[in-house]
Amino acid sequence: MLRFIVRRLLLLVPILLGLSILIFLWIRALPGGPAQSLLGERATPQAVEQIRHQLGLDKPIYEQYWAYLRTTASGNLGISIASRRPVTTEIRERFPATIELTVAAMIFALSIGLPLGFFAAKRHGSAFDHLSLVGSLIGISIPIFFLAIILKYIFSVRLGWLPSVGRQDVLIDAEHPTGFYVLDGIVTGNWNAAWDAVKHLILPAIALGSIPLAIIARITRASALDVQNEDYVRTARAKGLSPGIVDRRHVMRNALLPVATIIGLQVGLLLGGAVLTETVFAIPGMGSWLAQAIFNRDYPVIQGGVLFLAIVFVFVNLIVDLSYGLLNPRIRVS
Amino acid sequence: MGRRMKVGFLAALAVALIVVAAAGASLTGKHATTTLVFGASADPVILDGPLVSDGESLRPISLIFQGLVSLKPGTTTIVPQLATSWTTSKNGLVWTFNLRNGVKFQDGTAFNAKAVCFNFNRWYNFPGPLQTDAVTYYWNTVFGGFAHPATGSPGPDKSLYRSCKAVGSSKAVITLTRKSGGFLGALALSVFGMASPAALVKYQADAGTVTADGVFQPTGTFGTQHPIGTGPYMFKSWKIGDKLVLVKNPTYWGKASDPPWSRAAKIDQIIFVPIPDNAARLQALQTGEIQGYDNVAPQDIATVRSNSGLKIVNRPPFNVAYVGINQNDPPFDKLAVRQALAYGLDRASVVNAFYAGRGQTTNQFLPPQLFGYAKSGVPDFPYNPTKAKQLLQSAGLTLPVKIDFWYPTNVSRPYMPDPSRNFQAFQASLENSGFKVVPHSAPWRPDYLATVQGGGAQVFLLGWTGDWGDPSNFLNVHFGSQTDQFGFNNPSLFALLKKADAETDLEKRTALYQQASVAVMKFLPVVPYVHSTPALAFKSNVKGFIASPVGLDPFWLATVS
Repeated sequence: MLRFIVRRLLLLVPILLGLSILIFLWIRALPGGPAQSLLGERATPQAVEQIRHQLGLDKPIYEQYWAYLRTTASGNLGISIASRRPVTTEIRERFPATIELTVAAMIFALSIGLPLGFFAAKRHGSAFDHLSLVGSLIGISIPIFFLAIILKYIFSVRLGWLPSVGRQDVLIDAEHPTGFYVLDGIVTGNWNAAWDAVKHLILPAIALGSIPLAIIARITRASALDVQNEDYVRTARAKGLSPGIVDRRHVMRNALLPVATIIGLQVGLLLGGAVLTETVFAIPGMGSWLAQAIFNRDYPVIQGGVLFLAIVFVFVNLIVDLSYGLLNPRIRVS
Repeated sequence: MGRRMKVGFLAALAVALIVVAAAGASLTGKHATTTLVFGASADPVILDGPLVSDGESLRPISLIFQGLVSLKPGTTTIVPQLATSWTTSKNGLVWTFNLRNGVKFQDGTAFNAKAVCFNFNRWYNFPGPLQTDAVTYYWNTVFGGFAHPATGSPGPDKSLYRSCKAVGSSKAVITLTRKSGGFLGALALSVFGMASPAALVKYQADAGTVTADGVFQPTGTFGTQHPIGTGPYMFKSWKIGDKLVLVKNPTYWGKASDPPWSRAAKIDQIIFVPIPDNAARLQALQTGEIQGYDNVAPQDIATVRSNSGLKIVNRPPFNVAYVGINQNDPPFDKLAVRQALAYGLDRASVVNAFYAGRGQTTNQFLPPQLFGYAKSGVPDFPYNPTKAKQLLQSAGLTLPVKIDFWYPTNVSRPYMPDPSRNFQAFQASLENSGFKVVPHSAPWRPDYLATVQGGGAQVFLLGWTGDWGDPSNFLNVHFGSQTDQFGFNNPSLFALLKKADAETDLEKRTALYQQASVAVMKFLPVVPYVHSTPALAFKSNVKGFIASPVGLDPFWLATVS
């Protein structure tokens, strides 16, 4: 097990090196540069040249890459050209928002998707099964931003039940020691702040969790259908075990293996890909930050942010691989 | 199991619905009456005026800091602020400002002539990394040079500023290197607000390091945690991505009897919340999470107007949208071809169709509110396809004349809400007028701007919003020297604009700029077509808000009932 982990971590080095070269070349191949982004209509050719010179963008590309590599190797991801703040500081402040949103979206997706898929498998061919299939298709097909706008219109604008933007009511004076607003409210004993943060998470979590929910429901259904016809399930039933025990111990546990893979992939995607949800709900997370950085040609942010997310993605997948052994002792990761 | 699961599933749904309903129950009536929550499109970069040029930074900065002069609310008329009066020497180089007595910075430091000179000298002596347009755009634009220039930066020989001398405590004498009529107007910019010298030093405003990437990283906390000026509001807290909180300055010098631009704030607290998405800002206004926001999308104005709880506040038009022409690219080096283009653009139809009644068709570059706007003598180019074709043929060209016309995508500017629609209408009218339009588009930032500003676009859509109330900020910026963007060299126009900028007598200055405005339209480096009226939206209980043409909005005059 330890060898497996070490090997996976060592594999990170070439992955990150390759990724850094790709990102470095890609963003420099894009037309324009930071000067036009910063100055807009006000950029003069002289100003553009001066800024390019100051940022070292007029140097040969290999020199720029070497300088970047040296800085990054020391753990410094650079300074954002647009905000003039260290990239690591921005990641530290923004990543908790993205994690919180991802966790909330996955809680929503799992709490509905797993029982939905399992129940559909149990009632295979029934109206409920067909209905869940249609629901899953809608969940996968509907664009996130559209769903987000509809949810906001109904629950925020029309009904006034839930907030439409941000992570917390701006009038709440709360401490944020961890950056996870719900957790912060709990650890500081500010229950009002924690509850308010939960309310701010509900709509974004539903919008972001809709696609994973549909995927999880479909995979769970298919997997449970396969497993419930296996010999050992039939044997368990023949032994006289109650249907609940058979489902919990024999069907669900085995059916969860492919679901765990999907969950891992979805978590990885959500951590880096919540661009639209974060933008529509004005959540200051990683996705909207990176999207803005691409528009701004904020090279240090793009390079640092993507590298960071790549590391996170690899770690999430490692955890998923390790979870196989826990879910099913027959699997030996070595 | 099946039944249990079904029951569990339904129970979970019921709990979720209860949670949602309970959540909603506490959402009403949450804002204190003396707080205004304003939706911004982004976080400020830093709360240190001379180091920014973006509107989201300048908005709070204009409430914390004040300049020697200001603008009468809702206009571009210069009025006294921290200086009560001023005189100019006969040669126009020496400006003596008589300062207001009894003013203190928010940290208790006295405002006096020494503080004025401290600020001017700070700006003039900015270190190398702060000398690019990306950081000190306005100093570069207005004053043009630094005491100790880094490689590539302009030095004292290019600087308008020469020195500042404190005469006693209430008289600051600023000496310029050349005459400039635009100097006083530029001082109304909030970037040139006075900061507490004690705080600048204590919180190391200019300290920082340059990374291997060449980016300047400020290490002091003046602009992030301790911005201290003399304004009606003072800094309370700022969490990036979350909110910036300003509170009423309890020791503010202004009284209720003072003119509006100097009065104390009425609302206790202003919170700026970054909401990048325009639609999200509108929804947040509808739900009451914010009580106002700027740059309402034209398509949202009807929605706001149809809601009795909301209202629109118009910002006086101070912009221009134009069709730019690169004269480096034949046949646009010929005046007749440029005139043909002007006759071939159906400007009135575009303005009527796409500006929802918020655009004013124009025949000149300067907005009508600005002195220098020519009242007569401006050549007019009404839509006339026949005349356009005649002009093209008189220039020896065979019809149709192929032109490369650029327009931006992924952008909505106050002067150009939907560039693609403007382009399509212009394309149709030009093709009716003897041109064959080859369309080119690129994402606005940085692709499109890089192409246009680098001289890569023959004909293009662009515009400008004024920074301060002086025609030099429109005409000199665009046509005062040779640029890749417009590609012309017109020494007589350059000389006229230079002379107008140097003139300090307002009457003569106005006449010169009127002359220049006519000259520009005769030379036709651009075809301006609209001055538009941007909009802000507020909850109807926000009263007394006066929008500034240049974004120096006097929030201190507003109330929340």
